Amino acid sequence: MPERFITRGFEGKPRATGTTANRVPPGQYLTKDFPVLSAGPTPTTNLRLWSFAIEGLVREKVSWSWADFQKLPAQEFTVDISCVTKWTKLDTRWRGVSIDTLLESVELEPRAGFATAYSDGGYTTNLRLPDLVNGQAFVAYEYDGAPLDPEHGGPARLVVPHLYFWKSAKWVRGLHLTEKETAGFWESLGYHIRGDPWKEERYSGD
Amino acid sequence: MATIKAIRDETPRVRSYTLGLPSWTPHRPGQHYDVRLTAADGYSVQRSYSIASGPETDGEIALTVERVVDGEVSPFLHDVAVVGDRIEVRGPIGGYFVWEATLGGPLLLIAGGSGIVPLMAMIRHRAATASRIPTRLLYSSRAPEDIIYANELRDLEARNDGLEVLHTLTRSQPAGWTGYARRIDDAMLAEVRRPLGDAPLVYICGPTPLVEGAANGLVRIGVSAQRIRTERFGPSGK
Repeated sequence: MPERFITRGFEGKPRATGTTANRVPPGQYLTKDFPVLSAGPTPTTNLRLWSFAIEGLVREKVSWSWADFQKLPAQEFTVDISCVTKWTKLDTRWRGVSIDTLLESVELEPRAGFATAYSDGGYTTNLRLPDLVNGQAFVAYEYDGAPLDPEHGGPARLVVPHLYFWKSAKWVRGLHLTEKETAGFWESLGYHIRGDPWKEERYSGD
Repeated sequence: MATIKAIRDETPRVRSYTLGLPSWTPHRPGQHYDVRLTAADGYSVQRSYSIASGPETDGEIALTVERVVDGEVSPFLHDVAVVGDRIEVRGPIGGYFVWEATLGGPLLLIAGGSGIVPLMAMIRHRAATASRIPTRLLYSSRAPEDIIYANELRDLEARNDGLEVLHTLTRSQPAGWTGYARRIDDAMLAEVRRPLGDAPLVYICGPTPLVEGAANGLVRIGVSAQRIRTERFGPSGK
């Protein structure tokens, strides 16, 4: 869209100032709610049958039961999240396991460059390996001090706050590591392959 | 760049905007457009609005917009925008919450409030292509005056081409009301689904609690989750 067009009669709300303004990516607005977005019904997952796996281009596949997963070193993290539907929420508080911690349990094959996160209900999303490491991504099972609600992806969801939130797969059950990038659910339906909110990578072609 | 060609009141809080698009591409019913407003100092805001029209209206689309009290784009559209104004749009966008006659049915559409809008695009497309796919719309509104497209839905149902419209009014009902008068529940879902058989194709759009309730309710009464597509809107989840 051309940058210089001015909408007749539009003034907008008072501009955000100070540190908060610097934390809202372009084209986003701040919300205090936590909207729910998903493409189908909320899956119900029996925790006794739940597992989280790392597979694909790894020397040996690893899989944790719910009980094992709870024993992994967890951390609290507070992050800003942005949804491609234009809302941004600041200072969301989570608890979960860093992907760095999970990757310590596997030996990656050197060819591994991408991951497909897959979920109960059939959802998938693709991520570059560099977007998952160095403290940038987690599998979270608590939100705001309580177990994560199913509507928000419980029992556990991926949280990759530096990308649009569709990358933070709800009801996540594993990562499949690959050599080439394979478009996931929304990425196959016209959404951007990477989804960096600061570059406004909303749709394919952005 | 779009030009507003017509503005129509649908309900006290909802208006439809017909937009002329010089570079129009036919959309898939259920898709949306992004609207971007830019102030003189460069400040800009964007929101997504579902397309209400079918893809059969060449060169134009209709967006139906509910005025959000604390909103930024919808109050502008309602209070400031007039016919002839130009606004920036981008679309059509979205490729999952879509239905075309070629996808078949039978079709179960469930709407809450302005969640009717993308479903109306499907219903208008169905009518424009003379489809006779069995279709039931369950439409939840608060009060009779909040029903969007009330007359058009009545007229479309009167064509007797396999479309049935069932309303539920959750807050107030007119005298002699024979429709449902409660929030959508499993018993209502079972009644509405029954004539369509066990495997309808389902589209649900509305506020999150309604969508969650209806989608999970349909799964409980035996509809496959793979047949249910949802779209949520509104300022809040929980």
